[in-house]
Amino acid sequence: MAKKKSEFGRLPVEDKILTAIGYVVLGVFCLAIIIPMVYIILASFIDPVTLQNQGLTFDFSKWTTTAYQRVLSNAQIWVGFKNALLYSVLFTVISLVVTLLAAYPMSRDDFKGKGFFNLLFMITMFFGGGLIPTYLLISKLHMLDSMWAVIIPPAFGVYNMIIARTYYQGIPKDLQEAAEIDGANEMVYFFRVLLPVCTPIIATIAMWNFVGMWNSYFDAMIYLNSASKQPLQLVLRSILIQSQPEPGMVADTQSTAQRAQLAELLKYATIIISSIPLLIMYPFFQRYFDSGIMAGAVKG
Amino acid sequence: MLYVRQHWQLYVLFIMPAFLMTIIFRYIPMGGVLIAFEEYNPFRGILGSQWVGLAHFQRFLQSPDFMRYLTNTLKLSVFGLLWGFPAPILLAFLLNRVLSTKLKQKIQLILYMPNFISVIVLCGIVRILLSPTGLINMALGTNWNFMTMPAAFRTIYIASGIWQGAGWGSIIYTAALSNASTDLKEAAVIDGANIIQQIKAVEWPAIKDTVLIQFIMSVGNIMSVGFEKAYALQTDLNLASSEIISTYVYKVGLLDGNYGFSTAVGLFNTVINVILLISMNEIVKRMNDGKGMY
Repeated sequence: MAKKKSEFGRLPVEDKILTAIGYVVLGVFCLAIIIPMVYIILASFIDPVTLQNQGLTFDFSKWTTTAYQRVLSNAQIWVGFKNALLYSVLFTVISLVVTLLAAYPMSRDDFKGKGFFNLLFMITMFFGGGLIPTYLLISKLHMLDSMWAVIIPPAFGVYNMIIARTYYQGIPKDLQEAAEIDGANEMVYFFRVLLPVCTPIIATIAMWNFVGMWNSYFDAMIYLNSASKQPLQLVLRSILIQSQPEPGMVADTQSTAQRAQLAELLKYATIIISSIPLLIMYPFFQRYFDSGIMAGAVKG
Repeated sequence: MLYVRQHWQLYVLFIMPAFLMTIIFRYIPMGGVLIAFEEYNPFRGILGSQWVGLAHFQRFLQSPDFMRYLTNTLKLSVFGLLWGFPAPILLAFLLNRVLSTKLKQKIQLILYMPNFISVIVLCGIVRILLSPTGLINMALGTNWNFMTMPAAFRTIYIASGIWQGAGWGSIIYTAALSNASTDLKEAAVIDGANIIQQIKAVEWPAIKDTVLIQFIMSVGNIMSVGFEKAYALQTDLNLASSEIISTYVYKVGLLDGNYGFSTAVGLFNTVINVILLISMNEIVKRMNDGKGMY
């Protein structure tokens, strides 16, 4: 602290003022992020009637874990978690395999056809058939109401391919020459030599794939009809956005007003419960933040 | 051919899966845009359905509803850009001025967190905070129902976007700022440059290119306002300002089954977007001594 003070103390007056204003703005921004989160955590424990009439209270006799019990004892939430985990893991693995493989030839200067593939892939970043033609294709392929409709079509990510390619290009060419002299073919070089030195970028892409799939809902909404196949975000959507909690969660309420209050409270608990997995993973993700962004910053 | 024979693995093992997926899931649907020009009949297929030429395009370009969706989309993205684009740059400058590294890291940890929240949870939080009995109304001593007010939708959409994305968006500028030459900066400090002068002489030049690239990308995507968040923030009562092209394409296409019409609207949107992107790239090329993005 002493060091910081002296550094601050050495600044000229107008710089002191500017720096102080900067701290205040940052502080306000941080508070704007923290306050809603803390509010929702606290509110999730408060009896619905009290919450609606008085708002937050620290009279702990009004606190209750009923919302958590109701949400956690509901089967659909668990189905959602299970599906989200399954889809996210499968998507991450498949997407990594396809994307990392494709990035390798694209990273080699001597790859014949590079220009063609580059154009072919880049066009898809800006132009697409749109919603209905894609939907009709999925339907033709008999993939409606199948988890593969959510996992396979977005699995090859051109943007991720560019990031991986750029990273490969930063690996010294000597490694490849040495491997070739040792008689290693492309497969061997790629898996034994190249991939092991690319773990930071692989982890970064994996993280983005996982988080992206975990958080998305559109594809699942249009392709998956069965309740048993819904990922977490769709279950959350009916509770949080459509205010339609699973029937079992509010079945025992007497009046519609009561039910509405309970439905509100369930939202708070649902938000907290659904955020726990990502909060647990957040510290692990943290060390890949910078590497991912830096890779993305490099022009494709 | 010798090259291909020698390096067959590159083609058969490495690039093939991505190639096939691109053809199947990206290019085949592009052929499907033909249904924008026909009265699509599922039983007769894309090639067997009746051609109607530009009838769908005529229909929506003449409909007052469509013009409203188009202006909603444009307003949402233009205002979103106006407010949302400078926010991360400002944060990066501020973070760069935090004197203690430890404090800076803690602030960053907080600022980045909302980025990991899903659209659904974000919109759930927004709805809770803005409900008539929610935190915002409690603080204001009112009981407005913001989610049903068309006038509030854009502000909600843009503000929540900044809340979620500004911190994360600042990383790229923070990285660029940390690349600013320390020699130059020390020299400036020794010469007695104050913060404003340092920003002008050292820091702004260091991030100018990044800002420019980010700006073109944002402008190029001005028509592709995401579906997920707009749809999750829509209520029956705020549709006057919250119905945008992507949600309209979904409703009229998948919910009402007007395949041809919906595809026409989507195609129109994509084409405008591509034109915008190409022209932005040209403009930047001229400004930037022939260096564009593509």
